[in-house]
Amino acid sequence: MSVETDIVGAVHTKVRHDSARGHVTGQAQYIDDMPLLPGTLEVVLVTSPHPHAAIVSIDVAAARAADGVRDVISANGIPGDNNIGPVFDGEPALAEGVVDYVGAPVVAIAADSYDQARAAAALVKIDYEVRPAVLDIEQALEQELYTYPPQFMTIGDPDAAITKAQHRIDGEVRCGGQDHFYLESHIAMAVPGEFGDLQVYCSTQHPSEVQHGVAHVLGVPTNEVTVEVRRMGGAFGGKESQPSIFAAIAALLADRTGQPVKLRLRRDDDMVITGKRHDFLFRYDVGFDPDGRIEGVDILMGMRSGNVADLSPGVLARALCHADNCYYLPNARLRGYPCKTNTVSNTAFRGFGGPQGMLVIETVIEHIARTLGRAVDEIRAVNYYSTDDRNVTPYQQRVTDNIILPIVDRLRSEIDFDGLSSAIDEFNGANQTLKKGIALMPVKFGISFNTPKLNQAGALVHVYTDGSVHLNHGGTEMGQGLFTKVAQVVASVFQIDLDNIKISSTRTDKVPNTSATAASAGSDLNGMAAFNATNTIKARMVEVAANHFSASVDSIEFRQNRVYAGNESLSFTELAQLTWDERVSLSATGFYSTPGLSWDAKSMIGNPFYYYTYGAAVSEVVIDTLTGESRVLRTDILQDCGNSLNPAIDLGQIEGAFVQGQGWLTSEELVWDDAGRLLTHGPSTYKIPGSRDVPPIFNVHILEDAPNREATIFHSKAVGEPPLMLALSVWLAIRDAVSRVTGHRHLPNLDAPATPEAILMAVDDIKRRDSQTPSPAKV
Amino acid sequence: MAINFTLNGELREEASVSPTMTALEFLRENAGLTGTKEGCAEGDCGACTIALVRNGTGRLEAVNSCLLVVGQLDGANVVTVEGLTEKGGELEAVQQAIVTQDGTQCGFCTPGFVMALHALRHSGEAVSDDIIHDALAGNLCRCTGYRSIVDAARTACAVPAGAVSSNDLQAGNAHEADSELYYAPKTIAELIARRAEHPEAPLLSGGTDLGLLFSKERQKFPVTIYTQNVEELRLIDEDAAAITIGAAATYTEALPLIETNYPSFGVLIHRIGSRQIRNVGTIGGNIGNASPIGDTPPCLIALGSVLALHGAGGRREIALENFFLDYRSTDLQPDEIIESVRIPKLSKGQIFRTYKISKRYDQDISSVIGAFHLTLAGGVVTEVRIAFGGMAATPKRAAACELALTGKTWSEESVALAAAEISKDFSPIGDHRASAAYRLRVAENLFVRLFRDIEGSDHVEVMAL
Repeated sequence: MSVETDIVGAVHTKVRHDSARGHVTGQAQYIDDMPLLPGTLEVVLVTSPHPHAAIVSIDVAAARAADGVRDVISANGIPGDNNIGPVFDGEPALAEGVVDYVGAPVVAIAADSYDQARAAAALVKIDYEVRPAVLDIEQALEQELYTYPPQFMTIGDPDAAITKAQHRIDGEVRCGGQDHFYLESHIAMAVPGEFGDLQVYCSTQHPSEVQHGVAHVLGVPTNEVTVEVRRMGGAFGGKESQPSIFAAIAALLADRTGQPVKLRLRRDDDMVITGKRHDFLFRYDVGFDPDGRIEGVDILMGMRSGNVADLSPGVLARALCHADNCYYLPNARLRGYPCKTNTVSNTAFRGFGGPQGMLVIETVIEHIARTLGRAVDEIRAVNYYSTDDRNVTPYQQRVTDNIILPIVDRLRSEIDFDGLSSAIDEFNGANQTLKKGIALMPVKFGISFNTPKLNQAGALVHVYTDGSVHLNHGGTEMGQGLFTKVAQVVASVFQIDLDNIKISSTRTDKVPNTSATAASAGSDLNGMAAFNATNTIKARMVEVAANHFSASVDSIEFRQNRVYAGNESLSFTELAQLTWDERVSLSATGFYSTPGLSWDAKSMIGNPFYYYTYGAAVSEVVIDTLTGESRVLRTDILQDCGNSLNPAIDLGQIEGAFVQGQGWLTSEELVWDDAGRLLTHGPSTYKIPGSRDVPPIFNVHILEDAPNREATIFHSKAVGEPPLMLALSVWLAIRDAVSRVTGHRHLPNLDAPATPEAILMAVDDIKRRDSQTPSPAKV
Repeated sequence: MAINFTLNGELREEASVSPTMTALEFLRENAGLTGTKEGCAEGDCGACTIALVRNGTGRLEAVNSCLLVVGQLDGANVVTVEGLTEKGGELEAVQQAIVTQDGTQCGFCTPGFVMALHALRHSGEAVSDDIIHDALAGNLCRCTGYRSIVDAARTACAVPAGAVSSNDLQAGNAHEADSELYYAPKTIAELIARRAEHPEAPLLSGGTDLGLLFSKERQKFPVTIYTQNVEELRLIDEDAAAITIGAAATYTEALPLIETNYPSFGVLIHRIGSRQIRNVGTIGGNIGNASPIGDTPPCLIALGSVLALHGAGGRREIALENFFLDYRSTDLQPDEIIESVRIPKLSKGQIFRTYKISKRYDQDISSVIGAFHLTLAGGVVTEVRIAFGGMAATPKRAAACELALTGKTWSEESVALAAAEISKDFSPIGDHRASAAYRLRVAENLFVRLFRDIEGSDHVEVMAL
């Protein structure tokens, strides 16, 4: 797949996002911006105020009689199957008999206006019989309450290895969840068509699943429902499984009333009703040798699954598959518990368990370093996967494309890590109040959906007789630039300028049975499907051209918007017309499935990943030992993107993912009260990073000359999620700063997120512990 | 009377629209301008940012259209993202720079960023990174990580653009629609008369807090009284002894005088809300809503500020610390309005410092805010006023701490002794912003920061690096 770059917008060039102009002018249309059809109704949901209760009765008479109300439904009004579970059955769109989290939708009201629906919602009377609720991970672990059976991954003999090891540590650490805070909240608009057909516009990463969800709930065949999305105002995993609930409700109301129905969640409802990143409790028991080499680990991961499983099985599998990060764990038992709690079911979020899995092993590495009195990076160095041996993961896939060592070495030397660290010692010696810290974070992230069957994609390409091209595929655009990248692929195959390619909205009637745009695999999968579709058409055009020029097929060359046979040529447009004249099809579908994948979800063994994406970051932070406030002063990143399809877009993915991860680990704190209510449900209380929080020195580099060894689309690599985990460098640097307060003698007690409060408590704690420790010989 | 304003250069005369409909709703649903987005409807995300020149200000200012109501647009020159570029035409400088820097991903927040920076570009400020962050503190982006947007701001705003003129439309004194009355008096006398007629009516000023009732709570009131057209309430004045800020003057308008007289207070004002909020929000409102976590009251109390209240029976003055009675309850009588706050200037030997602690530096609500006003003479603390927010049901002085410090030598030891009294003064609650223990601990530590700060012996704030 060699590529000439003498067209405008070829792969590997810095092409702008296709909607950039539309974004800055406000002309890019989101679903809420679509002109309303006459008679469009708006929906308000009545949700559970209790974390756990039986629904005794629902009285909607007053609501039904209220001004402007056209329909009121609860679970018993669902004609089909009240089930939108993405993995397991039994996950309802509207609560049935029981509510099991605060915010569970119980009743939906459609009215002529939002305000009318809202007023009517206040008139709905629901009698509940409150039941005891389980609100946190510890309680669920204690009572062995899980949304599905725990998942275990074992390699070697961890018990023996830990027992025999010269050193042994154990500990506990936890990380919080994270709200997606996409700027566009959930929205679905259902428009009834003829003969019961439904067109559903939905802000979703997974149109096919929404289509299935709507069809199930309505009890109609899938072919009666078409789901369409042109773009989302952000998604980050939050619109993978969650949209089905709202699309199904909107569709049901549209079907019943015969009127178009729009359901847009207001921000607070969105944050209360929909799932988030899973918070985790980790407990570890580790044996290692005097060099810090890990010999055996036993890690417990208690994950807050929430009221139902949703996508938890995938998230937990990925967490378990990333508890090694870049380190060889010869003997490991990794135990995952999907804790069932009476809180909203957590769901996909960029990284999908990977960040959590890495957080615990990085804590272990740091713990070993503090125990042995060594630098953290020295402990990393002896534990990194090797290339030839020591390269089998706990799930028994061999790591064959390892480039973490050269990345880390290069980054450390380019920024003079040791010099920076010495400068920090100097600063800390001279300052009482503020203390700095620094840390590196290496990342190895497995690419492919853990479940092999999901790794497939389709595309549809038409060439019109004027040479313009229509491109469609199953991937969705949430801002990540997927549409631009796939269009670059098509342009490069045809060797025509990018502006000849029309990007079109994702529709289930164009490309069916798609997977979610997720797992960072959007361009890997859809790019390859479009590549295949384009090549199918190209092969036909080659044949037409060969006949036309009386030349051999092998001599036909597409170059710079023209098609050549030796010295003769046609424009691409002329050849398109000629192909039609010859009655040869100018339309094709393309299909792709990732090769070589296997996974046994029971034994947790297999080759779930096609390849790994690598990267490393170093962050320098400062903390205030009086208040716990912190600030990132500098971050340097070196990220592997293979042969990047679009370095401009990939740079944006790296920077954006990093800052999003930084938010997860610092300022973004989800707080629930004792009654199971989320207290942080809007931007006034839930604080994602702002522009000033971005490191003032932020050097981001894409690793050059590093083609993917696998035959991915133009040897690029997936980039959506991996850089998020680089933000663990911020959390580790804060821990380093806390640890430096007492001369690196202790491991800090600091969970994520490292809020000012958490940091101050950790500083006070480490000082207290230090004062209670017999002081070592003063240097 | 119709509400008249220009929208992207075209005159709008709105006679039937509800005066308390949010400007955002009006733009999207009535005017068909969907470029302006709703991200949160609480003035915290900035996706709804528009720019306007209000009569008498002469400044193009970014505001949150979700918290602004249509009545507040009366007489204004309003610009939305659609007004910057003709279809297919050349992009405005900020738009072009954001495109060039790859500063959009999902694009949903982008129009808000464009408008915030468009206003910055026309503000006449010489931009620095600090000013760019100040201008963007009210805009959240979840995709880009901001670097590309900040780079775009650096280029697009490097050369300030000219001022945007106000139009010559006059605001009306009253609007009525949908059985809603909206009074917009222009004099104190008229305002007090309306207040006396309708003591139950909400007093709407910048609307950065009250606007939530319209925006998120979807409330309607039979009568609303808007105060920001009362010229006397917009006055900002100073004499040798004090500065006086009219209750309806915006933070933005009050900032220069505050910055000059109490630099630390000025730094704090920059952290209140965002430019969008400060361009309409008022110190009078911050006092009037009597929140225990308002940022200005602790400062104003520590500085010994005095409120002027005006009612049907006349004018009276009250020390601010006596104004707050209980949680969200004040001494303001049903016929009264807050006219102004008078803040004594610092005299020789007086020092003022305020420290705000929150999860995020910009645009966050304090978990704790401390304000310290000291008079030092010959190494002795002769007088001290200390007030905290976030530590009690009202903004409140730390009497025991003050007592412990008064008359003492200015030293680390006496400051520590005063700090140790903090639990006598406060029993804070724990909530989603911070635990009670943290609040007490930080409040105590702020005394240490104060000492080190004044002595200049140490860097004391992470943002100083």
